[in-house]
Amino acid sequence: MITIYQVAYKNLLRKRTRSILTVFGIALAAWVLVSLLGFNAGYELSLSRDIDSLGYQILVTAKGCPYEAATLMLKGGTGLRYMPQSIAEQIKKEPEVEDVTPMLMQAVFDPNKGESGGYSAYLGVDPATFPKMKSFLQFKQGGWFTAPDAFEAVLGYEAAELEQREVGDLLLIAEKEVEVKVVGVLKRTGTQDDGTIFLPLKTVQQIFGTDNKLTGLGIKLKKDANLAQFEEKMYQLPDVQVVSLTQVKQTIMTLVSTARVMVFSIAVIAVLISAVGVINTVLMSVMERRQEIGILKALGATAGDIFTLIWLETMLLCAAGGVVGAACAVATSTMTDVFIRRILPYSPSGGLVRINPQLVVLTVIAVIFIGLLSGAYPSWKACRLRPIEAIRSQEE
Amino acid sequence: MVQDRGVIIQAEHLTKTYHRGSEIIAALNDVSLSITAGEIVACVGPSGSGKTTLLNILGCLDNPTSGRIILAEKTVMGERVPFREQALTKIRREMFGYVFQKFYLIPTLTVEENVVLPFAFFKKPGAEAAAASLMQQVGIEHRKHHLPGQLSGGEMQRVAIARALVNKPTVLLADEPTGNLDTTRTDEIGALFRKLRDAQGLTIVLVTHNLKFAKIADRIVELRDGKIQAS
Repeated sequence: MITIYQVAYKNLLRKRTRSILTVFGIALAAWVLVSLLGFNAGYELSLSRDIDSLGYQILVTAKGCPYEAATLMLKGGTGLRYMPQSIAEQIKKEPEVEDVTPMLMQAVFDPNKGESGGYSAYLGVDPATFPKMKSFLQFKQGGWFTAPDAFEAVLGYEAAELEQREVGDLLLIAEKEVEVKVVGVLKRTGTQDDGTIFLPLKTVQQIFGTDNKLTGLGIKLKKDANLAQFEEKMYQLPDVQVVSLTQVKQTIMTLVSTARVMVFSIAVIAVLISAVGVINTVLMSVMERRQEIGILKALGATAGDIFTLIWLETMLLCAAGGVVGAACAVATSTMTDVFIRRILPYSPSGGLVRINPQLVVLTVIAVIFIGLLSGAYPSWKACRLRPIEAIRSQEE
Repeated sequence: MVQDRGVIIQAEHLTKTYHRGSEIIAALNDVSLSITAGEIVACVGPSGSGKTTLLNILGCLDNPTSGRIILAEKTVMGERVPFREQALTKIRREMFGYVFQKFYLIPTLTVEENVVLPFAFFKKPGAEAAAASLMQQVGIEHRKHHLPGQLSGGEMQRVAIARALVNKPTVLLADEPTGNLDTTRTDEIGALFRKLRDAQGLTIVLVTHNLKFAKIADRIVELRDGKIQAS
């Protein structure tokens, strides 16, 4: 025995191309929606993870652009301002501070890097304090430096792969023509540390002629310390700026949310356009099938039956579009991740697009709901047709 | 099925007018007609004589401008009986089967699915058995898994007849059922109608241009300019 669902489904097969194009339109909108919501969830999570894995809650840098400071904190930066190393001792005396770790970031252009050369960044760290703060770092090979001024390097997982170096190999610092020995390679962390080349602070200062200078100072506070109060205190120091985790998160999320609102608006417009497309398709189908609707009524179908039939057709189109779109978004999430990384000025490590089953189900439900709304008008038009008017239209 | 020979459809003083701009066209003009259960009645006449309008009003697909329709001794349309689509749907569902010149089969449904199509909207016990029996009676059982596009015109009309009868109606209304068929197929449909009437006591009201086909009827009603000329 045939059901109204089978009739609705088979009706859609009549104009296959039109149905497929309509499903495609809805799928595109669903695809954008799932990817965007996935990005929303993924970016925030990855950013939080990146910041939380820094090992310190506050970064003090020389006064300059706050965005530059944020970049330094997360990605490393070049052409930075310096502050005197003595400031580390000064801050360490503060009662809220558990420990501080001085850092000096330097970068040089390496003509042999990649096809047309590129910058190599070196992070000078204090062997006494840095490993303690980053206690989660684990070694794949070797270990930390043998002396505070040793000409040695520890490579992050990706840096080792990029430089094709392992423990015991020498690494040439371009421009300076200095070689350092690789003493350790870190395991993958999924953070910016993976792409970093660590050297002892004193060695970097010596190689680059930046004695007693720092680009950053990581501060770890005691558990009961008041972060906001400490920040206020740091602002009193001359020629330095304080960047807290909260600030970095807020700064980046403000930048990202602006872009997100724009993209979200585009996604909503895409959904609305596809809804109009659905209304148009179903309405066209109703007009083409006026006589048939008349016959169905003559055969005993009520206005409610006709409404349900046309509504089901709309729902099927939308459900199919929603499922296809969501599936495409899941299948291409890696590609979307790569694409977003290319267009964003800063993107945290780890997955940027995080699509979970709840998100997929919610999007499909939302698309079906849009189908419910879109199908209402054509269904209402169809159910109001009187059988004789519909049948008579064949002769018109 | 109605087995007695009482009047099943009584049309009294039916008129139907249309407005075409400022002009008023009378499609039916004071038409009265009684149809007995188990009778085959053929309405003939030239184009525009009002025969299809009469058929549509008798089958509750259209309402008259004045006059009334009494079905099985109950007035369903006419003065002081407001037109109620829901009530008419019930009557159409229970009492009538319709066959049209253009068949109107759904092209993506198989023959069998087209025949049982009414049951997609309402359930009736023994529907499957009725469909199987009807397909056998009209001679399309061997084509039940085919799509309408794979059938000849005669076969398509047989499917339409089976679909019209699957709900076990009392009256079959057929508007130019052989209009798209050749002579052989026309004769086959004529024979089928008589067979259905003889076997089931089905009342059949048909509209046709084909006077030879009309001869299958027990009674021929001739319409001209919206009036019955001869019966």
